[in-house]
Amino acid sequence: MRVARLASQTDFAGWRAAARSLRGAGVSPEAAVWTVDGEGDLFDEVVPLPATTEGGFTVPKGFMELAEPVILHRSPERFALLYRLLWRLQSEPNLLHIASDPDVAAARDMAGAVSKAAHKMKAFVRFRKIEDAPEETYVAWFEPAHRVTEATAPFFARRYANMAWSILTPDACAHWDRRKLHFTPGADKADAPDGDALEDYWRTYYASTFNPARLKVAAMQKEMPKRYWRNLPEAGLIPELIEAAEGRTSAMVAQTPSEPSRRIVRQAQRLSRDGSFEEGAPGTLDAVAAGVDVCRRCELWRDATQGVAGEGLATARLMFVGEQPGDLEDLAGRPFVGPAGQMLDRALAEAGVPRAETYVTNAVKHFRHEQRGKRRIHQTPTTRHVEACRWWLDAERRIVRPRVIVALGGTAAQAVFGKATPIAANRGKALQLTDQAQGVVTYHPSYLLRVPDAAAKATAHAAFVDDLRFAWKLAS
Amino acid sequence: MTVLTLKQKLAILSDAAKYDASCASSGTSKRDSSNGRGVGSTEGMGICHAYAPDGRCISLLKILLTNFCVYDCAYCVNRVTSNTPRARFTVQEVVDLTLGFYKRNYIEGLFLSSGIIRSPDYTMEEMVRVAQSLRLDHDFRGYIHLKVIPEAAPDLVNKAALYADRVSINIELPRDESLTALAPEKSAQGIRKAMGSVRLGIDQAADTAAKARPPSFAPAGQSTQMIVGADAATDGEILGRSDRLYGAYGLRRVYYSAYSPIPDTTSRLPPMRPPLMREHRLYQADWLMRFYGFERIEIAADNEDLDLAIDPKLAWALKNRGQFPVDLNRADRERMLRVPGLGVKSVDKMIEVRRYKRLVLEDVKRLARGLAKVKPFIVTQDWRPGALTDQADLRATLTPPQQPSLF
Ligand code: SF4
Repeated sequence: MRVARLASQTDFAGWRAAARSLRGAGVSPEAAVWTVDGEGDLFDEVVPLPATTEGGFTVPKGFMELAEPVILHRSPERFALLYRLLWRLQSEPNLLHIASDPDVAAARDMAGAVSKAAHKMKAFVRFRKIEDAPEETYVAWFEPAHRVTEATAPFFARRYANMAWSILTPDACAHWDRRKLHFTPGADKADAPDGDALEDYWRTYYASTFNPARLKVAAMQKEMPKRYWRNLPEAGLIPELIEAAEGRTSAMVAQTPSEPSRRIVRQAQRLSRDGSFEEGAPGTLDAVAAGVDVCRRCELWRDATQGVAGEGLATARLMFVGEQPGDLEDLAGRPFVGPAGQMLDRALAEAGVPRAETYVTNAVKHFRHEQRGKRRIHQTPTTRHVEACRWWLDAERRIVRPRVIVALGGTAAQAVFGKATPIAANRGKALQLTDQAQGVVTYHPSYLLRVPDAAAKATAHAAFVDDLRFAWKLAS
Repeated sequence: MTVLTLKQKLAILSDAAKYDASCASSGTSKRDSSNGRGVGSTEGMGICHAYAPDGRCISLLKILLTNFCVYDCAYCVNRVTSNTPRARFTVQEVVDLTLGFYKRNYIEGLFLSSGIIRSPDYTMEEMVRVAQSLRLDHDFRGYIHLKVIPEAAPDLVNKAALYADRVSINIELPRDESLTALAPEKSAQGIRKAMGSVRLGIDQAADTAAKARPPSFAPAGQSTQMIVGADAATDGEILGRSDRLYGAYGLRRVYYSAYSPIPDTTSRLPPMRPPLMREHRLYQADWLMRFYGFERIEIAADNEDLDLAIDPKLAWALKNRGQFPVDLNRADRERMLRVPGLGVKSVDKMIEVRRYKRLVLEDVKRLARGLAKVKPFIVTQDWRPGALTDQADLRATLTPPQQPSLF
């Protein structure tokens, strides 16, 4: 039997040195006994540990990270458990990866319990202000589940760097003087102040933020175990809150509801009108913008953020019609601000067309998309959507009265010409429209972004710029 | 009119704020007070400083600036037509309470919301003033969550996001039509628009982060809350709405809040006991969408409700038995995550262990904490479920006994 005597309950360095020498000397876990100075003297005959052998040995990464917190656990078995793991690692180098091994599981559980105890310390310490102290000073009494005071004190130093505080516990006390931490031996509850004027406010808050209709006592106790209650000023309220909960809930459920005011009822009725706008087309662009936002002519509004109306010069000679707002346009509420919009801007600049003198809009005003995982994937609107939304496009055409309308892509061509108008066969020409304007069809800028082949891309881009130039000339 | 004491105001304005479920204080930028003159730190993980007997975490001082409100939302205790006692904090009072509580380690920070007084802009401005005073006058480095009033001017919303770790805008109800009917002053479009602009702000801040010192813009993102049980929406509709909210606005969380009885209800929405189990199942389903690779449609179609007796993963597995059993020694992570009773942590541990040894039932027992639910769906070195997977009464044997309700 070899006895390893450690200087304190949290003497990690001592454990490490002893374990190193025991393992070096081939002392098996069964033959080693672990004890702490001053703790019962069962082992009077202390046989000195063998001197550490030269060279030492290595342990897998992760062992130290596991051992350090485990030492802080209150279980008297922890030293022996860690030594057994250290011993077994000689013949089982992958041992630490086997989370289902009983020793590994026990050690991980202990480490978990210690980390939880540290977390609960961060949560449940309650500082009390020392009223007559020359500088802002706070003291807390706390009883941690494991010996985590020293390990957790730096957290409080970071959080409360600019006030002086002490945390007293039965194991050890931590003190912060606004510059550095120091530790003293364990203290007694009587050493800490017994109250703070603000605790009454805290209790008021605790009682008021509780919803009696949702009583879940087990859930509370799981996270706030009773062992902590005696040092929590708010915990004293728990029994009465629980007791009154059912009565309060029944009273609320049983009450006779009051009648809503007439004004409210009328307002609700007015707001739930059908949103078809059949009563008349808007006469200004502002009215169009307000209208598309509450439009219900098709179902696309439902999954979109907002209706996106056109934007630009109200007397523009040239109007661009795209397909529909994309992801960014939907979020921002403005047309052509995403990647396709930037593409269009670049092409307009190349063609010498000032965007500020044009009007830009879409055939369909709400973003049609499909949700895939966390992404919203663009979906081409159907003819039905285009038909429903033409009502708004027609209003914009009537108000702006452009000389030339450029349909960007197939959906826009459908909307502008009222029928399918293939792009390849019709681009580069002026097509007569019913409302005195001339129509031009060309690609949608997002098509240019998608052409995979570099040469084809360059050709399409050049054609696009040509079409823009052509349309601008036609409108001038 | 009697003058209320600060304690009375606190009682009224925390009672009025408690219907908001969010209390998260996690996921923001890391910081502490060691190089400042004030107080506070955030280190990634949130801290729950207490739990109320309703099982909810108390992490933040969750209060309203005032519960005076000109709106008349039927589900809300603060609506203009309710005869609840009213109170209003001054900016200074909220600042002092927050700092006083924070220095005693009661809270992680402040969650400030408000009834609408005078106008949305006026109200939002007052709330921003609280956050600004905490941050600038007191160098407060704890957590701040501000509720955004969707009708407020965009520059005020942006200012709120500059001081706050998180902002939230409540979607309130799963159906737009219900919102129109029950909260006539609110507009679903207005809410979505505000969420959209917050998202653009967050994305922009993240974009510039690489290039320059990022202007902080709600580093803990945005969240929302949906009331469950106040309208006729199915669970499928509710989850569909959440799914779209996550996708469109990059929300960190959608909170579900079982419609809870309030003092002084209106006949537009009669009082009832909160559907807590339904709320719980919705959270589980939401979790499956976010962390387990489930598509919303696999969990519940538009016209479907969740099974209240069993959790949604088990319900899915029972309907898709052809996908089981899953061999835990071979299957990829995605398939393992679909096994009822296996969480992300258990699955990751198993994947590590099986690199060194073949998994046997004993390993699973230790790593999964409980075997009964898992066994019919898995294969291990020493176990095959055989006909068990397809057994007709499997659902009955796996349904947990009805919890006796607490009275
Ligand atoms: S897409 Fe057009 S028609 Fe359909 S709802 Fe939106 S604005 Fe109305």
